[in-house]
Amino acid sequence: MNLNQIMTLLPLIILASFAMGILLIGAFAKNAKGTSTIGYIALASMVFVFLSLFLFVGKGKMAFGSMMRMDVYSIFFNLVFVVIGVLTILASISYVKITGIHSGEYYALILFSMIGMMLMASSTNLVMLFISLEMMSIPIYIMAGFLRNDDRSIEASMKYFLLGAFASGFFLYGLTLIYISTGATSYQAIANFIAGTQRWNLSKLIWVGIAFITIGFGFKVAAFPFHAWTPDVYEGAPTSVTAYMATGVKAAAFAALVRIFFSVFSPFQHDWTSIMWLIAVLTMTVGNFTALVQKNVKRMLAYSSIAHAGYLLVAFVAGNAMGRSSILFYLLAYAFMNIGAFTILMVMAKKNDYHEDLDSFAGLGFKYPLTALAMSVFMFSMAGIPPTAGFIGKFYIFSAAVKSHDYWLAVIGVLNSAVSVYYYLRVVVYMYFKEPEEEIPTYRFSAPTVFSIVLAVWGVLQLGILPGDILNIARHSIMALM
Amino acid sequence: MIPVQLYFVVSAILFVIGVIGALTRRNAIVVFMSIEMMLNAVNLTLIAASSYLHSIDGVMFVFFVMTVAAAEAAVGLAIFLMMYRKKDTIKLDEFNLLKG
Amino acid sequence: MLRAYLPILILFLVAFGFAAFAVVASYLLGQRKPTRVKIAPYECGISTPGYGKTRIPLRYYTVAMLFLLFDLEVVFLYPWAVTYKKLGLFGLVEMMVFIGILLVGYVYVWKKGALEWD
Repeated sequence: MNLNQIMTLLPLIILASFAMGILLIGAFAKNAKGTSTIGYIALASMVFVFLSLFLFVGKGKMAFGSMMRMDVYSIFFNLVFVVIGVLTILASISYVKITGIHSGEYYALILFSMIGMMLMASSTNLVMLFISLEMMSIPIYIMAGFLRNDDRSIEASMKYFLLGAFASGFFLYGLTLIYISTGATSYQAIANFIAGTQRWNLSKLIWVGIAFITIGFGFKVAAFPFHAWTPDVYEGAPTSVTAYMATGVKAAAFAALVRIFFSVFSPFQHDWTSIMWLIAVLTMTVGNFTALVQKNVKRMLAYSSIAHAGYLLVAFVAGNAMGRSSILFYLLAYAFMNIGAFTILMVMAKKNDYHEDLDSFAGLGFKYPLTALAMSVFMFSMAGIPPTAGFIGKFYIFSAAVKSHDYWLAVIGVLNSAVSVYYYLRVVVYMYFKEPEEEIPTYRFSAPTVFSIVLAVWGVLQLGILPGDILNIARHSIMALM
Repeated sequence: MIPVQLYFVVSAILFVIGVIGALTRRNAIVVFMSIEMMLNAVNLTLIAASSYLHSIDGVMFVFFVMTVAAAEAAVGLAIFLMMYRKKDTIKLDEFNLLKG
Repeated sequence: MLRAYLPILILFLVAFGFAAFAVVASYLLGQRKPTRVKIAPYECGISTPGYGKTRIPLRYYTVAMLFLLFDLEVVFLYPWAVTYKKLGLFGLVEMMVFIGILLVGYVYVWKKGALEWD
């Protein structure tokens, strides 16, 4: 490993140093004022990571003895993670004050789990994939339980931890079975082995292995039938953490999923497409139809996140270059609109009274017109109404399905999308057309929160009106995939 | 000489016992122990595979799995402690606020 | 082939015979005067303090957690020590980085007061 290779790791080194620094500062500084300073330090680390990523544009470099690969694909995902990080940290700065999370560990854990996400998007080795998955998950298990005095938060943490550890057991067994049947852990070697072996000579264990890692990924992206934890954990966790894991974990898991399935298991594409087809359809349908009856907006967003995993799986099943690049685009769009919506919920949260149910939104449009407008933009985007990012994302996903002649999938997807309009627009209807039953409390808007919302709205509209550049970058990123 | 397939069979059985334990037991610590058992079953598979394939990757993998399992155990214990402080029990059925 | 195991068989028989002899002899020759202490499950001269189900301080779990983490990191020192000469300076630097990260964790734990008992 020479200096050149260490340079490849620069974004990770920056992130890790900041994370450890913040951990120590958090241990030495105790008061609440220190916590928001730490938030700004974490924000600074995002800026540095963002700048360091530009050193690598256009180069595909290996590091850690070819255990990870810094190519355009990983850089795209790293940028998505930076966006997620910036939005989450900005929104957190006042949210942690309201809810009383007075600790620097909160930001340190965000950065630590982001290291895991970045490694996951760029790992090209089964060992690295497992470690990065755990590195991403373990901080989030802790973060889900950060409201130590809230029963719901504790329960969310416990459920996420037990089910997460259970799923990672399956994931690990799957990786092991792939290792047994191919004799290698690096993607390149496994791909070579599969290419060089006749199909019927391959050990049957590799199928079990692929099935097991699908379970592991299915859990992380909240796909049916591994979605049962999602609503409980998303509802119970602190809202900022929910926003972070709904977008970040999903993006990282899809990054690794696309990389391993399209670069290593691509000879088996016909085999896994049929099962993934079923999972995609059921994930969309279950997510959307359960979201219809939710009264709690946070829980409704949790079910909608299951539905969005379904749309992403549609693109995955379509499997062509367009489908794959639309996964990348959609994940970025989803980051903007989902964190934006959760930020509005964070603004409305008071200590021990979170104002998450639908009735809290009644009449919001009159008292806080701009907030309601921003929320409407996010809801329109999630429902897939132009001119928003969600519309472009869905348009490309369903076009990809049509392009691969999977018309049924496209039809089911569009119908599902139509169903989802009902529950997203219900929030908008409540905000503008319903009289509030009780006085709307005074919400305080701090500068970072406002900045976060503005940034999210800008992202949603920018990607919705001028998606061309990002789509091109997404397309190039897919090409760079080995 | 014990054939390597037997190791795979034993570890598969251990893994299944772990899965059944994790799904049926109602005490958080016991569930977590079952999950640890799944991870250790995988470790056995990895060691056997490593010797069967004459490759060092499997043994290396085991080191990392052990470390990850320890980190998971530490976080898990902390979460269970938090549960116990709040409700004086770690029976999973007592934690049922979130549903619908 | 099997003849090679003959000495082991003899040794086994002798050992078994001696043990059986000792038990039988003490059973036949010895006298029994049971007292409360003698029939206790385990006697080593000191009376047991309390009973098995004592409550353990919650602090113990924190220490157990920390021990678990820092103990297992040693796993990575062994392979490094074995291949130390091959890895050379680069390996040393890398291991120092690894230990340095652990040290950050240690300082954090110390500062947070997790190592203080009471």
